[in-house]
Amino acid sequence: MRLVTPIIPDPGAPLARANPVAKLVAALILLIALFASLDGVTAALVLAALVALLPASGIPVGALLGRAWLVGVVAVAIAIVNVVFAAEQLGPPAIAIGALRIGSETLLNGAGLALRLLAIALASLLATATSDPTETADALVQQGRISPRFAFGVLAALRLLPLLAREWQTIRMARRARGVEPGRSPIAAVRLFFGGMLALLVGAIRRASRLALAMEARGFGAMPSRTVARPQRMRIADWGWIVGALLMSVAAVGISISLGTWRPLIG
Amino acid sequence: MADGTRPARIEARGWGLRHPGRREWAVRGLDLTIDAGERVLLLGASGAGKSTLLTALAGLVDPSVVDTEGDLLVDGRDPREARDRTGLLFQDPESQIIMGRAGDDIAFGLENRCVPGDGIWPRVDAALAAVDFPYGRDRPTHALSGGEQQRLALAGTLALRPGLLMLDEPTANLDPDGATEVRAVLARVLERLGATLVLVEHRVDESLPLIDRVVVIAGGGGVLADGSPRDVFRDDAGRLAGAGVWIPDRPPAAPPRRDRPATETLVIAEHATFRYPGATVDAVSNVDLTVRSAEALGIVGPNGSGKSTLAMLVAGLLRPRPGSVISGEALAAGRGHEPIARWPARDLARRVGTVFGDPEHQFLTASVREELLLGPRRIGVDDANARRRADDLLARLRLSHLAEANPFTLSGGEKRRLSVATALATAPRLLVLDEPTFGQDRRTWGELLHLLAALRDGGRALCFVSHDRAFVQALADRTFQLGAAR
Repeated sequence: MRLVTPIIPDPGAPLARANPVAKLVAALILLIALFASLDGVTAALVLAALVALLPASGIPVGALLGRAWLVGVVAVAIAIVNVVFAAEQLGPPAIAIGALRIGSETLLNGAGLALRLLAIALASLLATATSDPTETADALVQQGRISPRFAFGVLAALRLLPLLAREWQTIRMARRARGVEPGRSPIAAVRLFFGGMLALLVGAIRRASRLALAMEARGFGAMPSRTVARPQRMRIADWGWIVGALLMSVAAVGISISLGTWRPLIG
Repeated sequence: MADGTRPARIEARGWGLRHPGRREWAVRGLDLTIDAGERVLLLGASGAGKSTLLTALAGLVDPSVVDTEGDLLVDGRDPREARDRTGLLFQDPESQIIMGRAGDDIAFGLENRCVPGDGIWPRVDAALAAVDFPYGRDRPTHALSGGEQQRLALAGTLALRPGLLMLDEPTANLDPDGATEVRAVLARVLERLGATLVLVEHRVDESLPLIDRVVVIAGGGGVLADGSPRDVFRDDAGRLAGAGVWIPDRPPAAPPRRDRPATETLVIAEHATFRYPGATVDAVSNVDLTVRSAEALGIVGPNGSGKSTLAMLVAGLLRPRPGSVISGEALAAGRGHEPIARWPARDLARRVGTVFGDPEHQFLTASVREELLLGPRRIGVDDANARRRADDLLARLRLSHLAEANPFTLSGGEKRRLSVATALATAPRLLVLDEPTFGQDRRTWGELLHLLAALRDGGRALCFVSHDRAFVQALADRTFQLGAAR
C-alpha cells in the first residue's frame, strides 16, 4: 500500500533529464517571484508558462490531473474564503446577493491568490516529480554540497515509509485482538489514536536504527569522504533551466508592471 | 571473490560488553582466538550475546555509549579501526536494503570505501554474479523477494572484500524456499572465499558443510564448548541442547497426541476473500475452511500466498470481502451468528486470542505484568482473578522473574513467550498464531510445542501459520495448503 500514488514521467523528457538541483533552483526562483507578487497577472503569466512546459516534463497529463485536482479545489476554496470573509470589500461591488456584497477589487485579489497557489504547486511538482529520488540525493550531495549523511539517510528512510501504512494496520488489529477498541467514546478514540501513533513511532525508530546499523556496516561514515558511482553534472541545458526560470520571472513581473497591475508583497 | 582478500584473525581476551542501562553483561569473560581463514559456527542460547559479539567485531559499537572490559582485536587492531577488514550481514533483509535499485545498493558500500568511480561498476557486476542475482543492476529493490533481498545484501557485503565475513542468522527471516536459496548461494560463495568466517545460525544441520569449527558461548559468560563439529556435537550434545542450542538431527521430542475429545466447530469460513486497499490482486481468494476445538490446524504455503491474511480473517481482525467468516455455536456462546469481524473487541478477546508474527506489535503497556492484566480487565474479569491468572501465566511461561520489566527490553524468546501469554490471559477457546516459532532457539521451540499441544489436548482450537516444517509436523492435526503467490 502506498501513501502517495507516484507520478512516473517519461525518463527521456527534457525536464526529466535535467539535473535535479538545477530544477530545484529554477523552481525556487519562480517561487520567490510568486511570493513577492500579490497580483493575479504575474501568477497567471507564470502559470501559463508552466502549463506550456508540461509536454517537456514527460508527465502524463492524466496522472497529473488525477493527483492535482485536489490542489485545484483547495486553491479555489482558500480564495473563496478569503474573498467572502475579507476585512473590507474594496472597489465597486461586483456581486451582491442579499447581505453578501463582494467588491470587484477583492474579487480580483481572490482570483490572484488562487492563481498564485496553483502556480506554486505546479512549479514545485514539475521540479520534484520529474526527478528520481536517488539522482536527487546524488545531485544534492555533488552540486548542492549537502552532507551525504543527511542526503542518503533521508533517502534510505523514505524507502521505509510505505511500510508504515502496513504497520499501522497491524497495530490496530493487535489492539482489537487484545480487547482494546474505542467503542463510541470520542475521548477514548483520541487516546487510542495517540497510543497507536506512539507504537508506530517506536517501531519506526527501531527499524530506522537497524537500517542505520546496516548502513554503518557497509562503511557509511567510516571515512571522511566518499566517492561517487553516479556522477551528476551541470550541463549547459541545466543552466538553461535556471536562466529560463529567471527570465520567466522577470518577464512576468515586467509585463505586470507595464500593465500597471503589479502589486508587490512589500510596499 | 577471493581476489586480494587476506583473511583476518580475531582475538578476544577477557572481553565483555554491557549495554547502557543494564545490570547484566551481554557478554563477559570471553577468551577466544580465531585464526585467519577459519570458518566458525558461533552458537549459544538466545540472549547469550552472539549478535553483540558480531556488532563489536564489525566495529559498530560506540565505546562511549557501552561499558566494555578486556580486549577485542581484529588483526591486532581495535575493530573500530579495522572496519575496512570486516563485513556483517544481518538477518532482516527489509532493514538492510538501502537504495532503490539493486546495483546502487552494492555501489553504496564501495562509495563509502572510497573506491574510485570507474572501479565501482565492474565490482558491482562481479558481486551480483557471485550471488547469482537473476536481474540487472536497475532492478527495483522493493520488487525483490526476501531471499533475493538477502542475496543482494550479501553481494553488497562481498563487494567490499572483507577479510572477516560475519553472517548473523542470514536465513532466519526467510521462508523455507528463500532460506534454501540463500544457503545454496552461501555454500558456493564460501567455497571460493578466502576470508575468515563467523556464522551465527540456529539451524545447525544446514550450516555444517560450511564450517570447520564450532564455538558455543554461554549466557553467563565465557565459552561453553569449542572444537570440530564432530567433537562438539558428540561430546556436548546433551549440555548444548539444554542450553537451547539446536543440535543436528535432534529436534525436541514431539509430545504424544492424547485421545482427542469430541470436537465442535468454532469457525466457518466460506468463500473468504480479501484484498488490501490499493492492491491489484486478492491476498486471499475464495477460501473455505473450518476450525474445530481440540484440533490444531496448520496453515502452510509459500511466501506471499496469504497465510497471515487468512489467519487474521479467522481471528476476526480483517473483514472478508466477499465471503464470510462466522462462528459456530460453541464459539459464539451467547453472541449471534454475525461475522466474527463485527464483534466488539471485548467479545472477540474473550473468545479468540491472537499471537502476532512480531511480538512487539501486540505490547501495549510498560511492564510484563500489566501486559497480562490488560486483556482480562478489558473483558471484565475482576482484579483479584486477573492477578491470579497473570501470576499463573508468568509461572507457566517462565516469566515470573521479569514481571516488572518493560516488554520491549526482553530477549526474542521472552517476547515470544509473553505474546503467547497475553493471548492466553483471556482464556479464549480459539488461539490464532502467526509464525510462533520464528527465530526461536531450541528451548523456546520445544516449550512452545509442549504448551500448544497441551492447550489443544485440553480442548482449545489452534489455528497457526508456519513455515517451520518440523513444527507443523509435530503439532498440526490438519493442514490447510495455500497456493503460490498471486
